[in-house]
Formats: sequence, C-alpha cells, structure tokens
Amino acid sequence: MNLDAKTPSGPLAQKWDRHLIESKLVSPNNRRKFEIIVVGAGLAGASAAASLGELGYKVKCFVFHDSPRRAHSIAAQGGINAAKNYQNDGDSVYRLFHDTIKGGDFRSREANVYRLAQVSANIIDQCVAQGVPFAREYGGLLANRSFGGAQVSRTFYARGQTGQQLLLGAYSALSRQIGLGNVTMFNQREMLDLVLVDGHAKGIVVRDLVNGEISSHSADAVILATGGYGNVFNLSTYARGSNATAIWRAHRRGAVFGNPCFTQIHPTCIPVSGDYQSKLTLMSESLRNDGRIWVPKKVGDKRAPGDIPEDERDYYLERMYPSYGNLAPRDISSRAAKRVCDEGRGVGASGLGVYLDFSDSINRLGLDTIRERYNNLFDIYKEITDENAYEVPMRIFPAVHYTMGGLWVDYNLMSNIPGLFVLGEANYSDHGANRLGASALMQGLADGYFVIPYTIGNYLTTALGKRPPADHPEFRKAEDEVNGRVKRLLDNKGKRTVQSFHKELGKIMWDYCGMARNEDGLKKAIELIPQLRAEYWENVNVPGSGEELNQSLERAGRVADFLELGELMCRDALDRKESCGGHFREEHQTGDGEALRNDDDFGFVSCWEFKGENEPPVMHREPLVYEEIKMAVRNYK
Amino acid sequence: MKVRLKVWRQKNEQSEGGFQTYDTPELNPNMSFLEMLDVINEELTEKGEEPIAFDHDCREGICGTCSLTINGKPHGPHRGVATCQTYMRSFHDGETITVEPFRANPFPVIRDLIVNRAAFDKIIQAGGFISVRTGSAPDANNLPVSKEVAELAMDAAACIGCGACVAACKNASAMLFVAAKSSQLNLLPQGKPEKDSRVLALVKTMDEAGFGNCTNQYECSAVCPKLISEDFIARFNRDYIAAGFRSKFSSASSVSAGS
Repeated sequence: MNLDAKTPSGPLAQKWDRHLIESKLVSPNNRRKFEIIVVGAGLAGASAAASLGELGYKVKCFVFHDSPRRAHSIAAQGGINAAKNYQNDGDSVYRLFHDTIKGGDFRSREANVYRLAQVSANIIDQCVAQGVPFAREYGGLLANRSFGGAQVSRTFYARGQTGQQLLLGAYSALSRQIGLGNVTMFNQREMLDLVLVDGHAKGIVVRDLVNGEISSHSADAVILATGGYGNVFNLSTYARGSNATAIWRAHRRGAVFGNPCFTQIHPTCIPVSGDYQSKLTLMSESLRNDGRIWVPKKVGDKRAPGDIPEDERDYYLERMYPSYGNLAPRDISSRAAKRVCDEGRGVGASGLGVYLDFSDSINRLGLDTIRERYNNLFDIYKEITDENAYEVPMRIFPAVHYTMGGLWVDYNLMSNIPGLFVLGEANYSDHGANRLGASALMQGLADGYFVIPYTIGNYLTTALGKRPPADHPEFRKAEDEVNGRVKRLLDNKGKRTVQSFHKELGKIMWDYCGMARNEDGLKKAIELIPQLRAEYWENVNVPGSGEELNQSLERAGRVADFLELGELMCRDALDRKESCGGHFREEHQTGDGEALRNDDDFGFVSCWEFKGENEPPVMHREPLVYEEIKMAVRNYK
Repeated sequence: MKVRLKVWRQKNEQSEGGFQTYDTPELNPNMSFLEMLDVINEELTEKGEEPIAFDHDCREGICGTCSLTINGKPHGPHRGVATCQTYMRSFHDGETITVEPFRANPFPVIRDLIVNRAAFDKIIQAGGFISVRTGSAPDANNLPVSKEVAELAMDAAACIGCGACVAACKNASAMLFVAAKSSQLNLLPQGKPEKDSRVLALVKTMDEAGFGNCTNQYECSAVCPKLISEDFIARFNRDYIAAGFRSKFSSASSVSAGS
C-alpha cells in the first residue's frame, strides 16, 4: 500500500506557502457544480462546512445531534493555543510547533504540526471577528493563560467555556450559510456507511434517527469530522453519544487507521463513585496551578485527610518531578497517580483516587482569591460529590479524555481513499502520542477554517462531473448492507442489554489497554474481545423497531463498532514495543519508571488496513522523517 | 433510597401520550437523575419492554441536550443546574417524581421525553451571527473591547440553547434565548454594523416559529441552568425599538441580515 504523505519539499517554514502556490484552484463558476458532504459539526466540521459554503461549494452537513450546536467540542474548558506572542514572552510559530512535537513525544508528522502552528494565529482573528467573547485585560486587549507543556503564555480562553464559545462561533458561521442556502443541514442523521464508486469516496448512507428511514446521499467528496473514539472505554469524559461509527465504517471500506492505541488519559477527573456511573467529569488542568496532589505515605491509611499529618503525606509529583511538580504533563501525571494507587495508597472508598489539596493556597492567597479563580469548578465538584473542596481536598483520578489516533491522512487531510477527507480529532495527524492542553481546539479549527478550503481543490479538480447519482448500484448495495445490519441487531432478541456489553468491553480496555499496558494483558484482551463480540451478535437484546426513534438501536450499532475497534487498539498497543506519550508499555521503562521510547524501531506511524471481519488486520508503516528537529528524550524533571 | 416515577410516554409526534408509573430499585443518592433513568431503562430492556427515550449527551451541563421537566420545573429542583447535573440526593426516599418533556408548542414531542427544538436553529440562521467570511478578519487585537463589555457579552453568551426558558414561560416565549444571543453580538463592537438588521430578523423569525410574546414574568431566568439574566431582555427590547424606528425612517435599511 502506498501511503504517500504528499509533504511538500523545501524548508519546513516554507512548505505550507509553497503548497498553497502549487495547489489547484477550483474556479468560482465551477465551485457550485461540486457537492461536498461534511459529517459532524463540531469545531472541525462546522468550520469546514461554513468555509466551504462561503466559497460557493454546495455543502450537505450531517449530524446525529438535534442541532449542530451540541457537538462535544462544546465541553472543552481550558482554552486554545495560538502563536500570537501578545505577551511578548518569546513565543513564535517555531516554539508552538516545537512544544507540540515534543509534547506528542515525537510521534507526529513534522510538516503538519508546523502548519498547525502557522495558522494558529489566524484562528484567533477569525473567532474574535465572529464575536467570540474571549477573556480580556483591562486595556481591552486579549488575555492569555499558561498551560501544561509550555513555558510561554499563549492560551486564549473564554472563562471555563472556551470550547463552547468557539463552537458557537463556528455554529453561527455555519448557521449563516444555512440561512443563505449554501449549506443544507441534516440533523438527527447518523452516518452508517461510506460509499465508494470506482475506489473514490462518493457518498454516505444515513439513518434518520427520528423515523428510521435509511437514505443515500452522493457527493463529489466526503469529509469526516466526527471526533474521537474514547468511548470504546465506556467510561470517559466524552459525551455519551460520541462514537466511532463514521470512521470505523470508513475504515472497513478501506481507510487506513493511524496509531489507534494512542489514547490520552487526563489526570484530573472526578473518580468513579459506583457501578451505575455513566460518565466521568473533568476538572480543568488549571486547578493544578494552585492545588497540591498527594496520597498518604502509608499503604491502606484510611484516616480522613485532615487527620493525616504533613510528614505522613506524599506529594508524589513534587517529589518525582521537582521542576514541573504538580504541572507535569498529562500522561506523566496520570501514570504517577496510577502507580501510587496500585501501591495501595489511593484514597476514597474505591481506593482509586488521589487528593488535590488547596489548603496551602488558601492559607497563602486567601479563600477569596481561590474562590475567584476556581469558583465554577468547585461548584461543579460540590454538585457531583456533595463535598466542599474549600474544606476537604478534592479527590481526583485519571480518565479517558481524547484519542490522538484516527484515520490516516496526507498533508491535504485526505485519507488513502481518494475523495475522503478527515478533520479534527477523527484524524491522527497532529498530536503524536500525547496531546498538549489547549491544542485540540486549535487543530479542529485549523483543519476546518484554514486547511481544507485550500487543499480540497487538489482533489476536486480531478473529479469534475464524476459525481454518481444517489441511486447508483453501489449505494443500493451499501443500503442493503446497512438494512441487513439493523435488522440483525433488532431480530437478535438475546438476553443481554447493549449497555452490559459496553461496560464489559470498557473494563477489558481499561484493564489491559489503559494507562499501562503489557504483552500478557494485551494478548489476553485480544482473546477476550472477539469472544465478547461473538457473544454480542448472539445474545444482545435491542428492543423496539427500526422505523422509529430507537435509542437502544443507535447505541447497539455504535457498540458493535467499538467491539471491533477495541481489538485493533490492543493489536496496535501490542505491536508498539516501546513507551511513548500516552502509550506506556510496562516492559519498556527506565530504571525510575519513565517512558522509554525506541526511535530506531518505532519512529513510524502504524497504519492499519482492514482485511475483513475476524481477519487479522495488516499494518503498514509511514516512517516519521524529521528534517528540522531531532528526536530527543522528553524530560520534565 | 427508592422513588416512584410518573413518566410521560408518547410513541411519536402524531400519537397521544400519557403518564406511566415506575418504581425504581434501590438507588445510590449520589447517582445523577439521568443515571437513575439509565438504571430503569436497563430493567425495562431486560423485562422486554421499551426503555424511556430521553435526550442527553455531554452530561456535564454544557451541551444543552438534556431537557426534562421534573416535578413541573424545567431542569428540576436546583437553581442554575441542568437536568444532567441533578443528583438523586436532591429527592426524598419514597418520593413520587413527575417527569415530563419540555412543553411548548414550537417544541413538538417526538418521543417520550424528547422534543424537537429545531426552531431555535431557525432563529440563529436568520440573524444570530456576525457576517464575517473565513480569512477576512483583521488582527484580533486591532479592536480593543473593554473588560466590562467583554464580561457582559460572555454572561449572555453562556446560553446553552436548551430551551428551558421557553418551557417555563406560560406564553412559550423565546425572548431570553433571543435576547442572550442578540446582546452578546450587539454589545461587541464587531457586532454593531448589523445590530438593527439582526434584532429585526431575530424577532420576525421567532414570531414565525410560533413562540409567544414576553410579558416580563421572568420564569425564564429562574429556570435557566446558566442563570442568564432577564436584564438582557430589557436590552433587547431597547435595541428592537431603536431598530424599528431607524428602519422606518431610513431608506437604506433592510430586515434581512447576512446577505
């Protein structure tokens, strides 16, 4: 398989400019002859649909939500990075690029990351012009805050609701194009298959979630911006509806999956409180600016936190990473929490938690200052746990938060299937093995506003007049397959609920493919998951019919896909015999328990090709060629 | 703890609905209201019955999808809290809890507790934006905005578009929703050029969608999970009156925004 990244030649800093000059343009007269399907309307999807609509393409946008404003980008709290250097603290495009590559533990593609840093500044301009109410200083200029993994202050924010405000900005731009008739919006439609005609992506099959109708939609190109797949773990900080079905269906049709095992586990989430739990809630990384993380020194110490004297507490991040302390990057902090809990020093009823203690900061800065900084977060914590974190330390534990892996794309953001483009968290390209805070929003909007409008022309200029009608035999065939699958799920009438399978899969994934992985565990998971999948298709119970709003059926299709994707993640994790970023293999660590990367043998993107149901997938490699920087050991000590 | 639920069940938009009663198993008071419904749905599925359809997604109070009227109050008992962040410890052991969809003519019930809120999108499509083409923006710091104005715009922008304001209003008015969006954009200098056309287009679309008039009772603010202030309605009314005058006496005005 030829996985040509199509990275432009020339010096790193000139690649994007050169690519823009060399890219093909579609003339304004021809743009209205092209129809483009966009699936998903989060930051990447909404910004792409709006921008392409403005250019004059005929855009059809599909979401499973009841409105494009509901996508889970909305839940991002902290902020968005941009190399504006408004703080005069030495930031630059190169520095943002370097921090992102290093943060990703040298497993992302150099040229893509550099471009991301280049367009980052335009994003802030665009959002401000749209009316996004970013935080401001008293002089009226934009404010910044610091985030993990950076020594400059480059994060723009809108209180703790940055994702919401950026999404509403993109949604407003999209809404304007819908009002003008340039974008046709299809709400409550779930993409259930990708349709290829002569090897090119030419449309999708969707199910109307209100009346169950299955329909086909053809186009000249298909853009997937459907987010990440962390819900394979069942419990995560994702929205309950977030799913992998769109990208997984595309994968089954031939789209290669890049680095599926790269998962981000966020260190500061509210711990699980019981078996009924449906969702984990993030507590912003910003809390680690003033909170100190600790556990008791003694194993099994069940005393209340206030009864444990200072010299019997282990402030383990400060002890292990003295220079970064409580602000060590996400992957490192999460693993450290797991380690102390594995030693039996975890706190709370489950023993799976560590303290995030604000008492020193309150003593030093006063209650009012802490309240002013974190009021809404303390309120959320109180709402969920019924505990007052001003008086007792918060209990936190890591939780699945983001997936760096995703469908493989080239420099144009096109997958290996011609005409299929993948944007935002759904692609694998920019974050390597670990994403830095405030970079997800940046990537989603960069892809949608400032990359795809320029790069899609390179494909479209080869595709004029090649759009098949939506009753082309390939669409009929795909529709039949979708109908067959829906019917199979509904007719099964087994004994177990969809949720019970999702929980069981989530536990396998968390135990064997979570924060720490090893060969035995991964092999065991690769045995267990196909067994569970087989049982699923024999014993799952999906009530109701296909011709109505049926949430059990929606869920059943998504979990069926997770049951396949989970296995691929384990295979990828087993194959990658090194530790890097969020992927920690216990066999590959330094003497003091740090990740041990192996650039010689694993300096590549693992690109998995689907070979058929219950057939082992085949792995191809895209070597990571670093022209500008040298791979180095990531040191935060 | 255990509770008894009276839940609105309705097959689809066309059919008639009614209440059904369910007794819960033993619950943990720390479970969320929606997790309690998950538990009931698991039981119903195991018994071969159809689970209760309800809207939800992020379960952290920001996406605006969840939309239950609990004991007659949109989003339930707590001020400034969405349904998904309401916990069972807010109810008594043995309590009977009534669960209904958001009720308003412009929000038809499409199944059980799920309503169609597409009318909100229509309103935004008519004028809830600043017309700015991708790539045409000036440098972000070219246009200073005072901290006070930015903070006030952010207060308005916090709206999650859930529709509780409409469900709580006896007239099913969308004034708080519309006023919040309009105020956010009208307050900021970048939104001023389209201020008049925006408010006129928003009101026209709101009326066409079947939302009622505002009679200044402020049930909307009282149930708003983001505590959007009714002051924005006053601001919106001022903007609307001024826009109306200007459009009458100016020859160059237009009520259609965004063209």
